[in-house]
Amino acid sequence: MSGPSLMDSLFQRSLEDIIKGLRQQLIGEQAFISKALEEIRKEIKSTDLSTKSTALLKLSYLSNLHFHDMSFAAFHALEVLSSPRFSHKKIAYHAISLSFHDSTPVLLLITNHLRKDLNSTNEFEVSLSLQCLSRIANVDLARDLTPEVFALLSSNKLYLRKRAVAVVLRVFEKYPDSVRVCFKRLVENLENSDPQILSAVVGVFSELACKDPRSYLPLAPEFYKILVDSKNNWISIKVLKIFSKLAPLEPRLAKRVVEPICDLLRNTAAKSLLFECIRTVVTSLSEYESAVRLAVGKVREFLVDEDPNLKYLGLQALRIVAEKHLWAVSENKEVVIKSLSDADPNIKIESLRLVMAMVSEHNVSEISRVLVNYALKSDPVFCNEILGSILSTCSRNLYEIIVDFDWYVSLLGEMSRIPHCQMGEEIENQLIDIGLRVKDVRPELVRVARDLLIDPALLGNSFLHSVLSAAAWASGEYVEFSRNPLELMEALLQPRTSLLPSSIRAVYIQSAFKVLVFCLHTCFVQGGSIVPSASLNNLPAGVSASVSYESFDEISVENGADVTVVHGQTCASAPITKESIVNLLNLVELALGPLLGSHDVEVQERVRNLLGFVDLTKPEVLNSAVQEKDDSEGKGVETSKVIKLMHDAFSKELGPVSLSAQGKVSLPDGLVLKENLGDLEMVCGDLEPPSSNTFSFGSSYEEKDGLSFSNPQIKEDSEQTNESTSLLAEHRKRHGLYYLPSGKSELVSNDYPPANDPTLQGDIDDNADNLVKITAESLVPKRKPNHGKPRPVVVKLDEVDEKHVAMKKPESRDDSLSGAVRDVLFGCEDVPPTLSQSNLSNKLSSKRKGKEKQHTDPHVESKENVIDDGNSSLRRKDRSHGKERRHRSPRKKNVEERKETNQKEKEKSRRHHARHKSRQRAEEPLKVSAQTPVIPDFLL
Amino acid sequence: MIKAVMVMNTQGKTRLAKFYEYLPVEKQQELIRGVFAVLCSRAENVSNFIDAESIFGPDSRLVYKHFATLYFVFVFDSSENELAVLDLIQVFVETLDRCFKNVCELDVVFNYSKVHTILDEMIFGGQVVETSSSEIMKAVEEISKLEAASNAITLIPKSASGWRSR
Repeated sequence: MSGPSLMDSLFQRSLEDIIKGLRQQLIGEQAFISKALEEIRKEIKSTDLSTKSTALLKLSYLSNLHFHDMSFAAFHALEVLSSPRFSHKKIAYHAISLSFHDSTPVLLLITNHLRKDLNSTNEFEVSLSLQCLSRIANVDLARDLTPEVFALLSSNKLYLRKRAVAVVLRVFEKYPDSVRVCFKRLVENLENSDPQILSAVVGVFSELACKDPRSYLPLAPEFYKILVDSKNNWISIKVLKIFSKLAPLEPRLAKRVVEPICDLLRNTAAKSLLFECIRTVVTSLSEYESAVRLAVGKVREFLVDEDPNLKYLGLQALRIVAEKHLWAVSENKEVVIKSLSDADPNIKIESLRLVMAMVSEHNVSEISRVLVNYALKSDPVFCNEILGSILSTCSRNLYEIIVDFDWYVSLLGEMSRIPHCQMGEEIENQLIDIGLRVKDVRPELVRVARDLLIDPALLGNSFLHSVLSAAAWASGEYVEFSRNPLELMEALLQPRTSLLPSSIRAVYIQSAFKVLVFCLHTCFVQGGSIVPSASLNNLPAGVSASVSYESFDEISVENGADVTVVHGQTCASAPITKESIVNLLNLVELALGPLLGSHDVEVQERVRNLLGFVDLTKPEVLNSAVQEKDDSEGKGVETSKVIKLMHDAFSKELGPVSLSAQGKVSLPDGLVLKENLGDLEMVCGDLEPPSSNTFSFGSSYEEKDGLSFSNPQIKEDSEQTNESTSLLAEHRKRHGLYYLPSGKSELVSNDYPPANDPTLQGDIDDNADNLVKITAESLVPKRKPNHGKPRPVVVKLDEVDEKHVAMKKPESRDDSLSGAVRDVLFGCEDVPPTLSQSNLSNKLSSKRKGKEKQHTDPHVESKENVIDDGNSSLRRKDRSHGKERRHRSPRKKNVEERKETNQKEKEKSRRHHARHKSRQRAEEPLKVSAQTPVIPDFLL
Repeated sequence: MIKAVMVMNTQGKTRLAKFYEYLPVEKQQELIRGVFAVLCSRAENVSNFIDAESIFGPDSRLVYKHFATLYFVFVFDSSENELAVLDLIQVFVETLDRCFKNVCELDVVFNYSKVHTILDEMIFGGQVVETSSSEIMKAVEEISKLEAASNAITLIPKSASGWRSR
């Protein structure tokens, strides 16, 4: 790139030329811009400041509106800034505030320019410089320019003073120590009678109070005065913002401001101020019933207003009220429900949220009914919004509000059939979750799943695939509740399943496997006896009934006690007959045969498993179909055993696993968890790919065929047990989706919570908790008498982590800032006393002073304390963990240690709580009142 | 605090963008596109709010007004009042109207610097410092005068644009 020539600067294009050119270009916008940028890059190197500044202006334009990076021009911007001309300065400041940020390298060089302009006699130059400072100030700039800003805070030019006030916000944020210098002057400006200054100051304080309200409590009297006196809506709004932050911290303050706010509420004509009053009342003064009533009355006016904005805000306010005063929503129920069909999506969503707020266990079914009807009529977006909120409301706190799970499961089924439904994954999760947690609902779950599965039309909707996968899983897992397993089998193998993605297809095949095993087991092994795992009384007819074969007498004897077969019993009513089994096996072969060559490993694998199983059992089934008495005893025994083993493998119940379960599994000796695994890949590279070790039924069958029958039975047995468990493990591994993440399947049993180390103290507590919960549930009188059945037990797992979460204190981001503010306010309490103070009776004030002291002084240190405590407890816990890891054997000691820490934690939280309370109520009489009173109370 | 002000036309072309915290240009473009995608899907005569949290992150609100071919969009946080900001948009547009005598999109297009000056007089570092359009006008006029005066020192007119565009 050659340097700029005289010609370049003579014929430089102005910004206007660029804009015009952009509108008329024939070469395409991007091409035009890159050409212009090329010119700019040349021109900006010019020594002529006018050429330079024009180039900079053009660059700013392209950066601002066409999003081209202009960081390369940072230094040039500084050069232009040094120009004595105002127009150049303005361009430079504009460019700088567009492009400079904390890591701009030349930021250091700007300080003196800014200082010079801050001291300029031209107020517009000062203003430009302040504006720039408010955008780019970092720690250094804020520190170095604090004196200038301080001087401007009492400038007699209002134009500058309000800007100086505004820039203080950024300076404080970046350099908290500046508070010591500037804060007093800032506060003095609160007394200013000029509404513009006042507006700026109050604005700054409302920003500050947002971040750390407690520090500004001492200024409450000033704010109060402004609240009462102000005639300017902007100012009133900002003061209300401040009070809505302060009032919750100080009950007496709330008591004090509630009247003036109510006055404003009654009298103001400005909707913005009115809304701010409403919001303040409903968020921060919700204990004052009369104020809330008044506010809700105004909200109603908003709700019936023509203006959609007011309606929307009204609904929003109502949602805030709903948290504490549900009556406010019920009073406006009609409007809310009508708003569900409003033209404005905002209003629809807001009213939907309100409707959901009204949901309780008494009306959940009615409301859901109404909403599902709305969903059917709505546009896709809102339809899914409705479905999503039904799903999340109903599943809240482990289905807290659901009493009738049969109803809920069928609702889930219904929801998935709504044409626009895209909530498949959530429905999938809930179906599985409910299946795992609520035993009583499983028959209904299987029914719903069946209805979904046999409808071939649903297979075409890709949004439903995940629901179908859940349905397939449920029907396989809980097949013992099925009215007609054969029908289920047909559904799982129907030709249209080819439309499913292969991952879900694999679930279908696996479920078909389970159903098949169940059928065979019922037919052959079980004989006529009732299925043990389905021992619930409401077992549908038809499952238990099946034909018993005398041929299996021997088997049952050999198999031991757990299977009881009634000799000679026949039940003709059974749907599962020998013929149907034969048909079933044929169907499996027919439907899945082609999939043996599937390209998807998962599908292929499962098909091989299933077909291998069919191969294994079919000869015998055919055999037994031909002759009543089976002579080839050995083989028959073997096959039935396989069936039984498979059945046992599948009938093991899966339970939910707590999120914290992994943490409770003790760390085995010598296992290092935090080792760098970077070289793992290298190590693993030498190993065979895992797929080659996967278990295949077909091959094992062949292998077994080769075995002589003289082999000891036991050996065979154990081998097969291994096989079946490994198959289960395989399934678990493959299909982790349907197993809760545990990896500790052995521990999953009927006793919840599983995956626990029973020796751990916490665990015992949890169990107790669980029991308490469950019993409490059963003791609670049925609140809905017309409900036929009690709420089924929902398996809940301990939420241990809650305690820790509660313990964590939100660490205030600008701790140093609030610290500095407090120093200034509490340290030199020279805040000019206001008029209201003079009204105080001395007696009261001294008493108050004492109390006031109590709730500020401990606070200052308490914060540090808490943080400190948190740290030390963390450290302590770390240590105990470490010990645990190193010495596993003295577990008892560990337990005790843990108990101790737990207790300490609890105690701490109690203490903290107590402290908090006393701070809030300030009811305890004070012994320390002799010390320097920190905040005089001006409020009463 | 006001986080951003943007003006875009109904085709999605940005006419003004002002972010009160530094953002890289790519991010700015992405945000503006996100806003436009929502705006252009909204019917007339609906409320002037859109859900900003999905675009700008938590604690952000957005109001907009649609005038002729332009959308005026203000993004702010919980320390501003929605209706007050709506009024502020009104003030901004009124001021533009007074400044350009029946403002139209082209005025905004061709007066890049001036529009920014007006906005800067109203909003200072995210804080509203002036809500009276006559006060804003006064300041803007003085600034223009000052600019003209400082430029008048140059004897040779810098731009040969008039000659060139012919």
